Amino acid sequence: MPYEAWKDNEAIEKLVKELQDSGANVLVGSLDKLINWGRSNSLWPLTFATSCCGIEFVSLGAARFDMARFGWEVARASPRQADFIMVAGTIVNRMAPVLRRLYDQLAEPKYVIACGSCAISGGPFRKSYHVARGIEDIVPVDVYVPGCPPRPEAMIYGIMQLSRKIKVERFFGGRNRQERQTEFFKDHPLD
Amino acid sequence: MAQLQEKIAKLFPQATFEEADVLTINIADAQLHDLAATLRDDKDLSFDYLMTIVGMDWQKELGCVYFLNSTTHGTTVSIKVTTADRDNPMLHSVSDLWAVAGIYEREVYDFFGIIFINNMDMRRLFLSVDWVGYPLRKDYDANPELNPVSIENERQLDTTDMWLEGPNGKIEKKTRPIFQKDDFVVNIGPQHPATHGVLRFRTAIDGETIKKIDVYMGYIHRGVEKLSEGLTYQQTLHFMDRLDYFSAHNYHHGLCMLYEKAAGIEVPKRAQYIRVIMDELSRIASHCLFIGTYCMDLGATTMLFYTLRVREQILDIMDKTCGARMTFNYDVIGGVMADLDPDFVKDVKELLAVVPKNIKEYNKIFTGNVIAKGRMNGIGVLSREDAISYAITGPSGRASGWACDVRKTDPYSIYPELNFEQVIMTEGDSMARFKCRVAEIQQSADIIAQIIDKIPEGEICAKVPKVLKLPVGHWYQVVEGCRGVFALYLESDGTTKPYRLKIAPPCLPLAGVVDHITEGQKIADLITIGGSLDYIVPDMDR
Repeated sequence: MPYEAWKDNEAIEKLVKELQDSGANVLVGSLDKLINWGRSNSLWPLTFATSCCGIEFVSLGAARFDMARFGWEVARASPRQADFIMVAGTIVNRMAPVLRRLYDQLAEPKYVIACGSCAISGGPFRKSYHVARGIEDIVPVDVYVPGCPPRPEAMIYGIMQLSRKIKVERFFGGRNRQERQTEFFKDHPLD
Repeated sequence: MAQLQEKIAKLFPQATFEEADVLTINIADAQLHDLAATLRDDKDLSFDYLMTIVGMDWQKELGCVYFLNSTTHGTTVSIKVTTADRDNPMLHSVSDLWAVAGIYEREVYDFFGIIFINNMDMRRLFLSVDWVGYPLRKDYDANPELNPVSIENERQLDTTDMWLEGPNGKIEKKTRPIFQKDDFVVNIGPQHPATHGVLRFRTAIDGETIKKIDVYMGYIHRGVEKLSEGLTYQQTLHFMDRLDYFSAHNYHHGLCMLYEKAAGIEVPKRAQYIRVIMDELSRIASHCLFIGTYCMDLGATTMLFYTLRVREQILDIMDKTCGARMTFNYDVIGGVMADLDPDFVKDVKELLAVVPKNIKEYNKIFTGNVIAKGRMNGIGVLSREDAISYAITGPSGRASGWACDVRKTDPYSIYPELNFEQVIMTEGDSMARFKCRVAEIQQSADIIAQIIDKIPEGEICAKVPKVLKLPVGHWYQVVEGCRGVFALYLESDGTTKPYRLKIAPPCLPLAGVVDHITEGQKIADLITIGGSLDYIVPDMDR
């Protein structure tokens, strides 16, 4: 994708449409479309904030920036009910296992947004003895939102990118694959 | 100052004195406890407020600098204690004299490995039990392989160590459990919407009643103090935005004043006025967000939208002048970074016009509400003595009747010229802490109204070299943040980087008092009490 296209929303929409139209089974494809339409317009975030970025996330929820316009306002306190984690703030050594556990507790399909320079790379604290240098070593990241902290507009754009990503996914047989119970326990033994 | 020195010299002939911006008393460890007790209990001295304990590594020696303040006389004094033993450094604890010392000493132990004899809880505070080394020592090995970022859960202990001194002077290490054997312990946090950040409470409860809370912090400890030692003075400023992100201007103001004091820089009048206006605007914005989130914790979600309306208006004003909504980096050494926006005065006046209406609205919607009254009145009462002993400053301290506003007790910048009174309440409960903040919004608005038309013309920044070099010495500075007294201590070795920059935030004592203030309360009130203290976790963890 050319760099300019990142600023060009129409090009992304077109790309999304192309991907959706090409090679999908008519029946499953239409069902996918319907379900992804629903999923991408009701992304539920986990209330997760460690520092400054979390306050901008609060602003995002309030009347001025109003993320309810996009269907993201149902912030859940429990990871079991959320669709994505917006990692807003620095992740330090002590927090890393907690973040991992929260990610593991999210129900599939799940997504992660690395919000702010601390979550992306460690930011201004990169050289510290007690800071994770980016969260991609801890959890897989879908969207990066740069800024320190990102403005609410940037966060809106970041979550919109996530919505687009969801729109091109194949819900059936793709993202929402079913694991057999026996296979699951083979990989995750109970001790 | 001279009288004080004379009096102490008479009582402790071995003590030596250093004159700096704060009088420093050098004393041997053996006499530390006696000196501290005298300073606290003597009627003429009555240093009843322990501001901070600064751990120090002077390469040859390790040690501590204690900053004490007298709430009756308003004087400040510091005590310096050293130990030459680097392998097994030990000092005597003062945690029986000031309640807040317990948590300060744990912090020093965590960073420097200094053991405090007779402190009943000598665990690490921010770092895990398996952490290798003491990070703020000068010979710390920062190799990330020694302390890797792991996704495995960290090892935790249910016991704590203590080093007790017997009657014959022999020191013995003992271990005791944190909770009793049949305590029922509920874990709250670190990922909990009501802890306002990543703080964790291990709560022992008896039915619904809280027996004990073990506060577990360090989930956002970023090592700002160590990072500052590797940066030039100008480069350290931006960390102030990211500690208590609501007091960004106030903290910047404090650190700039510290460096200006050390370098002898005169700040232009215009810059001082701008700084104070920005400080007070931050205070309004901070208290507005406090009201919003606190009411949300108590179930009144709607309030957040009302209070953020004013906050957004302030952020717009800041945005126009500083170019950012949260991390402004606006105060620089010698003044401010950029001149005011042409619309600034007009925008601020518009804000001042709506503030009283908004406060009236908040009170109408929430303060008088029967449910709010029932949840806040008489909940989490903190007495004045305890507030001082636990070093609870800011609106939380003033709600307990302690006049601790640095803007009045130790005025800086143009505050002496301003006409305002401290907001002081006597109840000391959650309602008082809430009302105190609401009243301070009006107070800040009044302060701004006094000076908004009087901003003098002129320079916005003094001439300061691009790389600042400070003389050898040490300096101490306090400012009033939005949550209380923010203290800074700088030790310089004559280079372009700080040898040691100690940041003493107001939120660490706030976390330290949670156990005391919630004891015997109901677990549902933990949210009310914690919220009313209004701590910011990145501020306490740094």
